[in-house]
Amino acid sequence: MPLRTQPIGTESTSVTVPILEMRGISQIFPGVKALDGVDIRLYPGQVTALIGENGAGKSTLVKILTGIYRPNEGEILIDGKPVAFAGAQAAIDAGVTAIHQETVLFDDLTVGENIFLGHAPRTRFGMIDWRAINSRARDLLQALESEVDPGIRLRDLSIAQRHLVAIARALSVEARIVIMDEPTAALSRKEIDDLFRIIEGLKRQGKAILFISHKFDEVYEIAENFVVFRDGRAVGQGRLRETPQEDIVRLMVGRDVKDVFPKVEVSIGAPVLRVEGFCHPTEFRDISFELRRGEILGVYGLIGAGRSELCQALFGVTRRSAGGLTLEGQPVDIRSSSDAIAAGIVYVPEERGRHGLALPMPIFQNMSLPSLRQTSRRGFLKAAGELALARKYAERLDLRAASLSVPVGTLSGGNQQKVVIGKWLATRPKVIILDEPTKGIDIGSKAAVHGFIGELASEGLSIIMVSSELPEILGMSDRVLVMREGLTAGLFDRQQLNAETLVRAATGNT
Amino acid sequence: MKKILKHREILLLAIIAVMIAGFASRAQGFAAPGNLANIFNDTSILIILALGQMTVILTKSIDLSVAANLAFTGMAVAMTDAAYPGLPLILLVIMSIGIGACLGAINGYLVWALQIPPIVVTLGTLTIYRGMAFVLSGGAWVNAHQMTPTFLNVPRMPLLGLPVLSWVAIVIVIGAWFVLTRLPFGRAAYASGGNPTAAVYAGIDIGRTRFFAFVLSGALAGLCGYLWVSRYAVAYVDVAIGFELDTVAACVIGGISIAGGIGSVGGAVLGALFLGVIKNALPVIGISPFAQMAISGIVIVLAVVFNARAERRAGRIILRDRAAPEISA
Repeated sequence: MPLRTQPIGTESTSVTVPILEMRGISQIFPGVKALDGVDIRLYPGQVTALIGENGAGKSTLVKILTGIYRPNEGEILIDGKPVAFAGAQAAIDAGVTAIHQETVLFDDLTVGENIFLGHAPRTRFGMIDWRAINSRARDLLQALESEVDPGIRLRDLSIAQRHLVAIARALSVEARIVIMDEPTAALSRKEIDDLFRIIEGLKRQGKAILFISHKFDEVYEIAENFVVFRDGRAVGQGRLRETPQEDIVRLMVGRDVKDVFPKVEVSIGAPVLRVEGFCHPTEFRDISFELRRGEILGVYGLIGAGRSELCQALFGVTRRSAGGLTLEGQPVDIRSSSDAIAAGIVYVPEERGRHGLALPMPIFQNMSLPSLRQTSRRGFLKAAGELALARKYAERLDLRAASLSVPVGTLSGGNQQKVVIGKWLATRPKVIILDEPTKGIDIGSKAAVHGFIGELASEGLSIIMVSSELPEILGMSDRVLVMREGLTAGLFDRQQLNAETLVRAATGNT
Repeated sequence: MKKILKHREILLLAIIAVMIAGFASRAQGFAAPGNLANIFNDTSILIILALGQMTVILTKSIDLSVAANLAFTGMAVAMTDAAYPGLPLILLVIMSIGIGACLGAINGYLVWALQIPPIVVTLGTLTIYRGMAFVLSGGAWVNAHQMTPTFLNVPRMPLLGLPVLSWVAIVIVIGAWFVLTRLPFGRAAYASGGNPTAAVYAGIDIGRTRFFAFVLSGALAGLCGYLWVSRYAVAYVDVAIGFELDTVAACVIGGISIAGGIGSVGGAVLGALFLGVIKNALPVIGISPFAQMAISGIVIVLAVVFNARAERRAGRIILRDRAAPEISA
């Protein structure tokens, strides 16, 4: 692997001097070395993309740069002078600002308050200068081409608007170094374009930007330089223009990855689920479709098209306002998630950590939670039955754990995911709804998840797969339901599937 | 973490043993079996209430109305006994459990149907139930001579070497252990507190689970209403005032996480015994009542610090894995 040994700092051809330089940074947590001798340089007016699989140490680096962690070894230099960040405020004072992966904002404060929290402009008498807050907030937001009123509560904004507020907050301090940790994760294509325009503006102002993203097309679009992390080391860096994507992927995973979707050819059977005229008071209206045995139905659309809400209504977590559902020819009335589970419909939610697992509880109890009726006898819990069930699915999913009695919270993210999936398979469902099954997981694990979905379909399960990733939708689905603003924008067969049709249906551009 | 929990219970047991040994060196006979049995008997009511409180806390709620519930129920059964001395005791006990359960159900209903935060609901009902005790009695006391001898004597009747009161506590400890580890309701309680959203997705009705946790806590508080009035042979409005905080303290000392989802019956019992030993020991070794309160308070704070540290240690394991696969968790 020649690229792996490529000396760090091949960008020495660059004429400018770095604003920020990290030398030999190591961060050690009990039992794990999160970063191991990392060198990074950020240049004025340039975007450096930080690329790496989950667990490569990207977030740890962000936390060091923003003063949350203090590295065990190494030094940080700004303008060639060594600095040590005693805390988050010290990093801000040194001119480093960050837009975090999950926006850390306050729902019940106004937009202006959120932007200036902690560094509000003061009047002569040391009081908070509300007029300055609102006018400066308005200026910042206008620079971001947003017309959001600084006086309204954050709670009343959409996700994308909140993101803009987070960006405005990051820019409200005099920063020369801007870190963006997966800023596009929650944004639609149009909003991403807006964000990139903002980044171009920041570049012109001579700011150095560290851009973290999973998405290669975005990285190539916006960044000049790249650094690839693997297992806490910087395994390669250089200029993107001179580096093909395959090389970066190889650096990232340390092996060749063929980005193919293992679409298993499955003979599609009789209709299992028929959804007729599903409506929700606010999120979607008049959705109808049919799902057959062994079929994968992709559900595509922009953020906010009502896809997750539709799935939640099918699962009984939210109530539909109209419409009916037949399962294997029998009409079923689903009023709660336990009705859905009993009928054989399960839902693997998007935020698996938040919606999926009770972290303090043991693995086997998490797995058996929806199947307690199956494992208990005469209303009494039977630990042996639960363990047997958990063991069966742990084996099948190749779950790695010291014991099935340890709390789920002690497992790694990938294994936690297996617990969530095992938990739902254990209910022996007929229909499984997967909401963004590969969101935020790295390329290597994605292929495994796709393979597993194909396997489930070949066993005769019917699958509804919500996804925002076009290649995934195109590669996996037998049919695709496209939603736009809560309505059906199209239902396409596999033969009709192509990226252009789907995007056109989802965005409404004709 | 289960290991840490187990470990913690053993640790707590060891601390209690060391304390008893320490007190015994200052006050002779403190560690005598008879005295220890007395301490247990003295702590029985706190143990029973702490188990109800624990069930509620497991579901990520809190029941601040237990002591007020106890006062009202105690007053109601004492007045009934005084007014109708012919009623069999068993009827009065059932009545106390029933009234307590109803008061608990009111808490549970408000939390479930109206989605009001439990701390607000029970802070309100705490005052209401105490006020009801005043309205019921008109502020009057029910004294020992107004109560029937059976009413007063049964809990202190010895049975196989221990008073009935102690046996009641033992039976309830076993019952609580059974409910929390062997019935789906117990599992639902842990899941509702451990991750409410995940519980909903797993088909658990967390509202109903909380409701029944409050009913259970209320029923136990009602039972304790009778036990308390009988033990102290007097019923008045301010009975057990502030005792709800002792039940919360027992849970916290016993390692029940205030954030819900973590804790064991053994922990709650040991937490209650810990407080019981201190309360009994300090006067014996001649410490003034004012210093006693301060010492109890310090111990509670220390326990919270210890718990917080233990939880943080557990948290770090998660964090380490989190730091690894950023969002896939």
